[in-house]
Amino acid sequence: MPTPDVLQARLLAAFPTARVEVNDLTGTADHFQAVVVAQEFHGKSRIEQHKMVYAALGELMTGGAIHALALTTRAP
Amino acid sequence: MIMSDDIRARIDGLIKGHHVMLFMKGTKQFPACGFSNAVVEILKKEATPFETFNILADPEMRQALKEYSSWPTFPQLYIDGKFVGGCDIVTEMHQSGELKKELAAARKPVQAVG
Repeated sequence: MPTPDVLQARLLAAFPTARVEVNDLTGTADHFQAVVVAQEFHGKSRIEQHKMVYAALGELMTGGAIHALALTTRAP
Repeated sequence: MIMSDDIRARIDGLIKGHHVMLFMKGTKQFPACGFSNAVVEILKKEATPFETFNILADPEMRQALKEYSSWPTFPQLYIDGKFVGGCDIVTEMHQSGELKKELAAARKPVQAVG
């Protein structure tokens, strides 16, 4: 089960200068909320921004460990 | 997993055959997930006709759609054959009024497909 710290570390590895907040919504380590404010998002559509976050989370997203991720992304 | 041509054709048919197509967990009447429910409620508020597909009832389509849309989660909303986003993006677009614009453009008559 991933913790918010695990998600945060993954996201900071992909977006080193980003502001990243991750919360466990249910206390069950599978429903999360994340806010990512990253330089890398400049000029990207929201779909592209969310795809970049999903890519950074890799198998956590695709392998079923994360059931739900409410996501807010923007450039600083 | 590589999706079969059959499955790709099914997805193509659904998103091209309906101006507003929502792939979701559960049905329009009985959404099985809070995020899917949120998008159904938004589309109802937008007073737009829309079609839904229950991915929980079809594991093959569920997997194929993730690849097709390059998007790992549901719901997934398509307007006029174009992937719009998941719950968070649709919610933001609803609040900003962008969704209303997209839907208004989608309601203009286009050549029927299929």
